[in-house]
Amino acid sequence: MISNDWRPTALRGAIQARARMLQDIRAFFDVRDVLEVETPMLGHFGASDPNIANLVVRDEEGERYLQTSPEYAMKRMLAAGSGDIYQITRAFRANETGGRHNPEFSILEWYRLGMDHHALMMEVDDLFQELLSAYLHQARDEYTYQQLFENYLDLDLQSSSLQELRAKADKLGLMPKGSLDRDGLLDLLMSLAIIPQLPEGRLTFVHAWPESQASLARNLPDQPGYSARFEVYYGDLELANGFWELSDAKEQALRLEADNERRAQLGLPGIPADTFLLSALQSGMPDCAGVAVGLDRLLMVLQGAEQISDVMNFPWDRS
Amino acid sequence: MASYSTNEFRGGLKIMLDGDPYNIIENEFVKPGKGQAFNRVKIRNLKTGRVIDKTFKSGESVEAADVVDTDMQYLYTDGEFWYFMDPDSFEQVSAGETAVADAIKWLKEQDTCLVTLWNGVPLSVTPPNFVELRVTMTEPGVRGDTATGATKPAQVESGAEVKVPLFVEEGDVLKIDTRTGEYVSRVKE
Repeated sequence: MISNDWRPTALRGAIQARARMLQDIRAFFDVRDVLEVETPMLGHFGASDPNIANLVVRDEEGERYLQTSPEYAMKRMLAAGSGDIYQITRAFRANETGGRHNPEFSILEWYRLGMDHHALMMEVDDLFQELLSAYLHQARDEYTYQQLFENYLDLDLQSSSLQELRAKADKLGLMPKGSLDRDGLLDLLMSLAIIPQLPEGRLTFVHAWPESQASLARNLPDQPGYSARFEVYYGDLELANGFWELSDAKEQALRLEADNERRAQLGLPGIPADTFLLSALQSGMPDCAGVAVGLDRLLMVLQGAEQISDVMNFPWDRS
Repeated sequence: MASYSTNEFRGGLKIMLDGDPYNIIENEFVKPGKGQAFNRVKIRNLKTGRVIDKTFKSGESVEAADVVDTDMQYLYTDGEFWYFMDPDSFEQVSAGETAVADAIKWLKEQDTCLVTLWNGVPLSVTPPNFVELRVTMTEPGVRGDTATGATKPAQVESGAEVKVPLFVEEGDVLKIDTRTGEYVSRVKE
């Protein structure tokens, strides 16, 4: 839908706050000697994650994908010896429009050599303490994914069957029509039953996600079935997603294949495996951890905004 | 049959669910950065008026409900049905008691009401925001008492009872806000 109003939707103050936030972020990384880089927004390859839809652009030569995050390209830089890097850019995800989503959004992504996800979570906390200090009223909470389910839903994921998860969702009045697999049920319970309960005015870090939701995180050697992925929430607002990065080229290739199998099952278009990324991993990517932060969401916190359009000049229906 | 994708969900959209027509009141798109997307919606059953929360998997399609709001003229009642006419096509529809519901006490012949039709059958009737109705019964008026703010009950021709100022007399025509049921003013004839 197109709006019939030409004016920006950003709240008074949001435009200035955005400029200040970008300066603060650059100062944060400058002090830590992390290099700002740029990578293409349009690439030969798209995201294969079945839950992320690519926007595709055509020219006479063929199709290019608007990047859903700068992750693949930044990993190629790491493999080429860039050292610690960060990027502030736009990312694009089709069909994601809502109070907290805009298909085009601003993202901060950075990679730290030699860090694991625990060390990177500390650094994310440092950054948020600097940017959000006035809005953090309590020390942060930290849970593993399993602890979170136990704490908020009294569910033991280790033992709970698909039926038990569904029964829980049913009892809470959350089940949609049609079927959901285990990950779908976990997402449902997470998004609609747990996250809305997370305490306001506080950061919640959640790590050790199920291997089936590892995305690009390595699997945890000491915790079979779980991966080195983490998420950060401010109250019930998701702000960041990070990994102790998978650097094994073979495992990466298998995951891209599995994504495409899942896409086929769901009737979604297949996405060719990013051969640049796979070659880069084969050549050797240093051990590192990386994280992506939604900058519009951060601004929502800074502005006390209810809607993402309150912090954007021209959201989707006015772009 | 027409259908809507969850991407099209917004307040006011009419959808079918388990055989009943619903009106979407609120729609919230919920999606983790990585993971399944859902639409959490608040919807009103247009037959019963009940409001429920429901989850949809994003991207799914839902059958559209053939529900339209039409301005229609109220004609008369035979005690069982209330008859309305489309002023353009002169087509008539009959609404049962559940559809007319609370609107009953404000209906005056010739008045234009908003009739919500589902597959051509009235689901609900909304009276005009303001109606002009004659007082059929009230205690005698107290002349000149326009300032005390005291009120008394009065019955109007459509059957409703309204609190009115003490100076109102039987036979007066009153302007009434049907949304609050409150007296607004006396209408000069």
